[in-house]
Amino acid sequence: MAIVIDKSQRWRVLAAHIALILLCAAVLFPLLMVISISLRPGNFATGRIIPEHISLEHWRFALGLPVRAADGRMVIPDLPVLRWLWNSVKVAAMSGCTALLLSTTAAYAFARLNFGGKKAALTGLMLLQMFPSVLALVAIHAIFSRIGNAFPAFGVDSHFSLVLAYSGGIALHVWTIKGFYETIPVEIEEAAKVDGATPWQAFRMVLLPMAVPILMVIFLLAFIGAIIEYPVASVLLRHQENLTMAVGSKMFLYEQKYLWGDFAASAVLSGLPITVVFVLAQKWMISGLTAGGIKG
Amino acid sequence: MTLPPPLRRMLAPALAAVAVLGALYLVTIVYATGETLLAMTILATTAIALWLYTSQRTYAWRYLFPGIAAALIFVVFPMVYTFGVGFTNYSSANLLSFKRATTYLVEETYRAEGATFTSAVFADGAKVRLRLEDADSGAVFTAGPVAADPERTVEVGAVPAPGDAPAPGPELPLKELIANQKALKNLSVVLPGGALVRMTGLHEFAPVRPRYTANPDGSLTDHEQGGALRPNWKSGFYETADGRPVQPGFTVGVGWGNYTRIFTDASLRQPFGRIFLWTVAFAGLTVVFATSLGMVLAVLLSWDALRGRSVYRLLLFLPYAVPGFISILVFKGLFNNNTGEINLILHTLFGIRPTWFSDPFLARSMLLIVNTWLGFPYMMLICMGLIKAIPADLYEASAVAGAGPLTNFFRITVPLIRRPLTPLLISSFAFNFNNFVLISLLTAGHPDFLDTTVPAGTTDLLVSYTYRMAFQDSGQQYGLAAAISTVIFLLVAAICLVQIRTTRIAEADKR
Repeated sequence: MAIVIDKSQRWRVLAAHIALILLCAAVLFPLLMVISISLRPGNFATGRIIPEHISLEHWRFALGLPVRAADGRMVIPDLPVLRWLWNSVKVAAMSGCTALLLSTTAAYAFARLNFGGKKAALTGLMLLQMFPSVLALVAIHAIFSRIGNAFPAFGVDSHFSLVLAYSGGIALHVWTIKGFYETIPVEIEEAAKVDGATPWQAFRMVLLPMAVPILMVIFLLAFIGAIIEYPVASVLLRHQENLTMAVGSKMFLYEQKYLWGDFAASAVLSGLPITVVFVLAQKWMISGLTAGGIKG
Repeated sequence: MTLPPPLRRMLAPALAAVAVLGALYLVTIVYATGETLLAMTILATTAIALWLYTSQRTYAWRYLFPGIAAALIFVVFPMVYTFGVGFTNYSSANLLSFKRATTYLVEETYRAEGATFTSAVFADGAKVRLRLEDADSGAVFTAGPVAADPERTVEVGAVPAPGDAPAPGPELPLKELIANQKALKNLSVVLPGGALVRMTGLHEFAPVRPRYTANPDGSLTDHEQGGALRPNWKSGFYETADGRPVQPGFTVGVGWGNYTRIFTDASLRQPFGRIFLWTVAFAGLTVVFATSLGMVLAVLLSWDALRGRSVYRLLLFLPYAVPGFISILVFKGLFNNNTGEINLILHTLFGIRPTWFSDPFLARSMLLIVNTWLGFPYMMLICMGLIKAIPADLYEASAVAGAGPLTNFFRITVPLIRRPLTPLLISSFAFNFNNFVLISLLTAGHPDFLDTTVPAGTTDLLVSYTYRMAFQDSGQQYGLAAAISTVIFLLVAAICLVQIRTTRIAEADKR
């Protein structure tokens, strides 16, 4: 805390507030606008940020309820938003579990065991993370269409193939869990080993229960990562009812078919839960995210 | 569950044996479908797993194996595969393997000389019956019931029948006839004289013969046109004697061909160069804008005299928390040329309606605006963390010396956080260099260059350019796209090296 305070400080504080409020407005404008648009009637409506007429037609569309078409008939929406959300949640939950299974044990080996090639394996994993999967899309598509020749359940247009494709990106998770394990004193496990526990039992019964908080963070990270992943999903998923939300959302805003209001409702519906989780868990998540760097 | 000790000791080996047997069964099935590479991968993975989980010396690797195997199979292998595809002509025209292309040609048939028959197909449960009538002589034959199979040829004998015999059942409706065409075409009807006829039209059977037969020297004899086809291993097509290629092509290695094309073929080199420049500019400018904004905000939010900082911090954090695909699409709607809210506001305030999506300069500016909006919170959070670590007495001393906030910022804050920030800036640059999601969802690379033969957009990054080449509008040129991807791999690797070096410097500073 600076003891020496300048006389012009009050003006500077005021200027800072004004600048920050303007910026917050710029940040909030698109977000509030979407909520507003989702409540306006029609797909080309304009107006104030607080709509004069509140219409729930777009929300009915997003929830798959029948909506009134231009000619007055009630029709079922042609874009299965809830189905996409469910697909996203399914894929994300599966890849969250896979990420946990694969990275907890690997992190244990890196944190506690000694073996040849440890340093090389760690740096290798970290380097892999720097090459985005976008660059290997051609290969990913080719590989999964070949796997599909043998096992259709793991081929193109299957959610399992998506989970498999995501399962390789565990470097950051391994790194984060390893850091957490290292903050737990080794002596606790050693005591268990003195009592006759095998290394596996020491890991399973002693270390793992203590690591539950970080494991929840990793699950959340992998979950959100899978929900917002777009490139691989856009290559591997084909049929409309198989899409995830990230790929499906694109369908709203074509030149020929511009469903701005319906998109707004679906965006709020799918984006709000993730945003809330992210804001609530930010304290834990940021440390995990900043370790590797970037938002996807 | 408690088991007697001897059984318990047997449990693990028994389970292992079952798992290995299961895996071997799987390998056999996969091998039978012709996916040799996949079968080998499963076999190798099983073998390594078996060794790791039985040998005492590899104890630590038992914990590592699942994770490392996933990373190797689903991250490293696709990269290597990409390099490999970059040396082939794999594309929609040369999609099949040589074996599959040959099989395809050998299965092709042509309509030979001989009598044609008007046909009627009758349903008989799941099977079908046929009635064939010679168009010239009026002789009638019937065949079946027979189960048609869309996957393989089924032979069925035909017997003569009186011309006025009653129909054996209801005739198959046209809709079903069309739906089952593939299976029906696999029926090979043997006439009493030994001649073969097949379905050649919806109501017509005629003699057909295999068009090509394979010869021991690898060529195919063409029975319809005469002459022979020979595989051309350079172009990946079977060719006639006068060099005309026959579809479908097969995948062959083309060596450095794709790379020579990227750097010498004028129609590719020109867009490649321009897109490369824009990619670098986009990534660089994004980092500059997002970092400057983020850093200024971090300084402001670290200022003790300012009240309500936690509220500001929460609000400014929001762009980071909203899923990217949603906020990008929201901006796509807000920036819409005609109905977008941003143009409505600009029109009321200044009377202008910028065409954000059709003017290259405006489209690029829009990308930078949106990406700065998306990227500054991350930089803000990072800088706040770094500023927290600067000792407060430095600012005390400068205040005593009478320095203003600007001097503090440029003389104390920036120099102290520059070093630890550099590696993060580089990784941010690398990330935006490959920011496929933003381009794909916001502009999809449009507006396109007007003077290129290959579709290329003024806002395309190298990655979205290769994506378009492989999956969208220019004929699924997987090989070429993989070659460009390899070039990007090398660029990213170079950026990585720089980043590792700067990280080392930053860590050395900490000590």
